[in-house]
Formats: sequence, structure tokens, C-alpha cells
Amino acid sequence: MGMTLTEKILANHSGRDRVSAGDNVWVDVDILMTHDVCGPPAIGIFNKQFGEDAKVWDKEKLVIIPDHYIFTKDKYANRNVDILRAFSAEQDLPHFYDVGTDRYKGVCHVALAEEGFTKPGEVLFGTDSHTCMAGAFGQFATGIGNTDAAFIMGTGKLWVKVPETMRFVLEGTSMPPYLMAKDIILQIIGDIGTDGATYRTMEFGGTGIRALTMEDRMTLTNMAIEAGGKNGVVEPDEVTDAYVQARTNKPYQKVYSDPDANYISEHFYNLEEMVPMVAKPHSPDNKATVEEVEGTYLNRAYIGSCTGGKLSDFIAAAEIIQGNKVKLDTYIVPATTEIARGLETETISGVPLIEIFREAGCNIGNASCAACLGGPADTFGRLNSDEVCISSTNRNYPGRMGSKQSQVYLASPYTVAASAVTGVITDPRVFIQETVI
Amino acid sequence: MSNKSEPIKGKAFVLGKNIDTDQIIPAAHLVYSLEDPEERKMYGKYALSGVPAAESGLPQGNIPLTSEGRTESEFSIIVASDNFGCGSSREHAPASLEIAGIKAIVSPSYARIFYRNSVDGGFLIPFESFEDLSKEVETGDELEIDQENHILKNVTRNKEYPIKSLGSVADIVNAGGIFKYARANGMVPQL
Ligand code: SF4
Repeated sequence: MGMTLTEKILANHSGRDRVSAGDNVWVDVDILMTHDVCGPPAIGIFNKQFGEDAKVWDKEKLVIIPDHYIFTKDKYANRNVDILRAFSAEQDLPHFYDVGTDRYKGVCHVALAEEGFTKPGEVLFGTDSHTCMAGAFGQFATGIGNTDAAFIMGTGKLWVKVPETMRFVLEGTSMPPYLMAKDIILQIIGDIGTDGATYRTMEFGGTGIRALTMEDRMTLTNMAIEAGGKNGVVEPDEVTDAYVQARTNKPYQKVYSDPDANYISEHFYNLEEMVPMVAKPHSPDNKATVEEVEGTYLNRAYIGSCTGGKLSDFIAAAEIIQGNKVKLDTYIVPATTEIARGLETETISGVPLIEIFREAGCNIGNASCAACLGGPADTFGRLNSDEVCISSTNRNYPGRMGSKQSQVYLASPYTVAASAVTGVITDPRVFIQETVI
Repeated sequence: MSNKSEPIKGKAFVLGKNIDTDQIIPAAHLVYSLEDPEERKMYGKYALSGVPAAESGLPQGNIPLTSEGRTESEFSIIVASDNFGCGSSREHAPASLEIAGIKAIVSPSYARIFYRNSVDGGFLIPFESFEDLSKEVETGDELEIDQENHILKNVTRNKEYPIKSLGSVADIVNAGGIFKYARANGMVPQL
């Protein structure tokens, strides 16, 4: 019996020839990432457990990216960044992306990829549930808590229960022009439910995957956690190599699932037959086709976050918004500073994206998590009362983007943009000429 | 964390399914220090404050875990439906429940990061039930968890339900968390 990609990585990192689903193994960690919400308590536990003068196991492997509560007057939130700053100085950490400096990046998961920390075949842990996004690069990546992070800071190791793998085969050879990766993952989560992949790996493969860009793949694996998945993973190929090699010259070893690997289930989707989807309030698995909810009342639109605030997401939104005025309060939040620069340099018909959004009447924010997770009351774009928002983010649990009275529909940037322009939930196919029915 | 041989006793607080970490501790409150003894209490005050009122303390609803003006709850065992703790990786979630005074949870299934955080941090014990007991138990019922025989007793209603043994995490639970476990096994030096 062969091994899955995830089993092989965990075997390689625990000094074994093979592992099987259900085994508990101690793995060597390649990268640990933490941010401003969970970093300070993790540092507190590290100092308590290993001593005030203890040094982290390998300062090249610890990456600290403040991104959650950045542009706020909240004194406790600001204190968290101060704690990261002091710790990074004391430990002399080379990979700290401080707020208010040229190094500031924004949303950690996208930043990790941009800075070359996501490499095929490796093991990456992060104190954030969407750490699973890095699986897009063919690595084992998953979210952990503060105690586990403190344990890694001191030892470089962590125990992992080897997950069973569910395989998702995307068939077809190209994306229909109106479809985005967000539609695919909302369909899958809607089919299997928010606990459909609990403790398991979601492995994405098939001819369709080869047709997806790196950013599309990141959108898919980002939301593995919304189905309860331990990790999401895509087999690496030349698309992966091109992205990674443009970002780092460190070596890595690609790993693939064996043809006779053991899967707990297999699920088939044909890209060419898929349609725009939403997740209705208040759960990511509350699926509907956009067609089914077309015309639904809205008063807010939001494009941002690790899963829906990448450059390709804004290009998609701008294609629809260009030449229109938005009818909803529309918020544009680039995930990282690199993407924010991309909004100024990337153009459609000669017009920079940022101009397209400004002229349409959108509000444009600074690179960070912003209202994706509500946050302090003065957070940009936060839903402070009973707003009904359509959003390219990844969670719509009660109160996730702020007030418990608010409602959130999750959708692709195309669908969010089309809805922003008309003022109600709208199928992007209306705007995408090639496919007008 | 309680000793394995002793039963865990206390009043039940009942919840439905998919109680996510934003409901357990809303993101706006994550700014408080978990180490400062005074600030830490805020987590007890706000634990489960994100649960919609009608679903807080079933079957009746509208019961906060921690009553107005307090930081500790009168309830100590949560009985919930499927997929408890889904959502973010914030360890503040099991920590806030512990600070509020929760000692154990009984649910048919957990989201894995919450489960892992509860065990590795030694905050509380996440027991798995065979069935969804959230319709069997009412908020305020007196419960007893017999850890040796894997039984949940509803003292108020005089009923018993089997629960699952802790399986491969029992060693870490019994040690009181990953650090105590690792020290006992020589993986981390003694302080
Ligand atoms: S953008 Fe949203 S989902 Fe992504 S890391 Fe930030 S808060 Fe989490």
C-alpha cells in the first residue's frame, strides 16, 4: 500500500520509512508562524516553560507577522504588537515584519507565500486556523494553538496524529470565465458540511487543478478548515515551482501521493459544469447557487482577507466594477502591502485597479485582516450593527465580521463585485460577456 | 485539570451544534492578557458571549454562561451538539471556558484545533459522547462524569449515558497538558 502526499511528508519529518493514518508521530518543524493575536500568549507560555532567558530553537524558522489588529486605537491591541517587537529584538529574529516599517506585510498567510516560506514537501505550523492555505504549495500546513506554538519555539517539534485523506478530483481542463476558486470550495464545503473533513486531509488533484493558478489553489486550501480539515493540500507542479522559485532560492523536495495510496473517500467535480455559489448566513456550508438567491437585499460589500484579497481577486472585481458606480457601501482591503502596490501598477484598459475602485465609489483600506474577523470597534469595514454584507472572506458565523445582528453572504470576488454594482445579490454571468446566456 | 480517579461534578450548560470559536470568545475581546491576573478575568466574563441569546443555555435559552457583573460561572460542564469549537485556532477559546469555571465538555464531536488546544494546554477535558446529549440534558441539571467507567450521570433526572474513553490523548490529559507530559518523558528539561 502506498502513501498519500501528507503521509509521506509526515514520515519524512518524523524519521520513519512510512506512517499510516491514525499514527501519532513527533515531527520536525520547518517553519512556525505567529501573529499579533496569538503570538503574545505563545511567547508568555514559552518564557514560563523554558525560562525568561531561553532562546527559540532556530531563529531562521520562526516567522512573526502582525496583521490582525493593526490600524486601531485599542491600547491592548497595540500592546500586543509591542510584545512581538520586544521579543523579536531580544531573540534577534530576522523574520519579523513590523508594523510601521517598510517590512510591514499584512495578512500572514499571503505574506508567508510572498516571502518564500511556503515550500513543497515541508512542515509548517501557524497559530492561525487558515495556516492550511500553505498546503496549496504541496506542503503539510496546519493551525495550532498558543501552547503548541510555545512547545515548538522551545523544541522545534510537535506531535501530530496522521490524518486520513479525502481526495477531491477536479475534472475538466479550464475554468469557465465566470467561475472562481471560491465557487469551487463553497460548493465542496456545502456538500460535505462544516465538519465533513474533521481531522482529515483534503487533497486536491485532477486535470482541473493543473488549470488553476497558485492564487486559485490558495483560495481552495485556505478554506479546508471551514470543512473542519486538518490540512488541505495540492500536488505541486511547474506552476508551484514558478511561484516558489521567484520568491526564494532555498532548495526543496516535491512529494507526490502514490497511485495506490489509501483514501478514505473520493469526490469528483467537473469545473466546466460548476456555477457561482454563495454561503448564506450564518455558516460556510449553508450553500446556494447565486441564481437561487439572486435579488437578495444587501447594504454592504467587502473584498479582502487571505482567501479573497489577493491581486487576482481584485483584478476579477475590477473587471466587473470598471465603468460602474457601486450601489452598496463597498470595502476593498488588499491582503498585503505587495498587493496594495499591485492595485496601483496593475491596469485594465490602461486604468490602474485603484482608480477603477475609487471612481466607482469604493472605500479602500490598508493591507491587514481588517473586518474579516470583526476586531476592535474602530476596525475598517467592520459590521457594527445589522448590516447585510456580501463578502469574499471565508467565515460567516454569527458576529464574525462584527455585530451579532449582522448577516454575511460569502461569495467569489466576481459575485461580490456584480452585487456591489447592482445593489442586490447578482449572478456575475450578467456582466461577463462571453457567457451571456 | 482534575485527577482522573475523581468524578467531575457540577451544573450543566447546554448548547446546540457548530459552536464556533467566535461565539466562544468574540474576536474583539482577544486583546486582554492571559497572564495578568486581573485582565485574565475578562475572558471569564465574556466566555460564550457570542452565542445568540436564544441558543444560550438550552432548552430555555437566554441564559448567559456568566451572569451579569461576574467573571465566574455557576455552571461547570458544557453539554453540546456536534462540531464544538469549529473556526479559528485561538487558544483563548478553551482558556476562556476554563477561566469561567468550565471543567469538562461532553459533545459527540469537536473541531480538531479546539480539541487539541483543550488537551495540550490542559484547560479542560473534551469528552466525546456516543450520542447527541444536548436534547437529553437541560441547563442547570446536576451532572457527574465518572472518568474511570466512562459514564455521564444526570443526577437531576437519574439517567446515565456512556461516553468514549480518551484514547491516545489520555496520557497528555492525565499529565495535565503537553508540557507536563513532555517533562515527565524527558523531552523537555525540568525547570
Ligand atoms: S484575513 Fe481573516 S481569515 Fe485570514 S488570517 Fe486574517 S482574520 Fe484570519
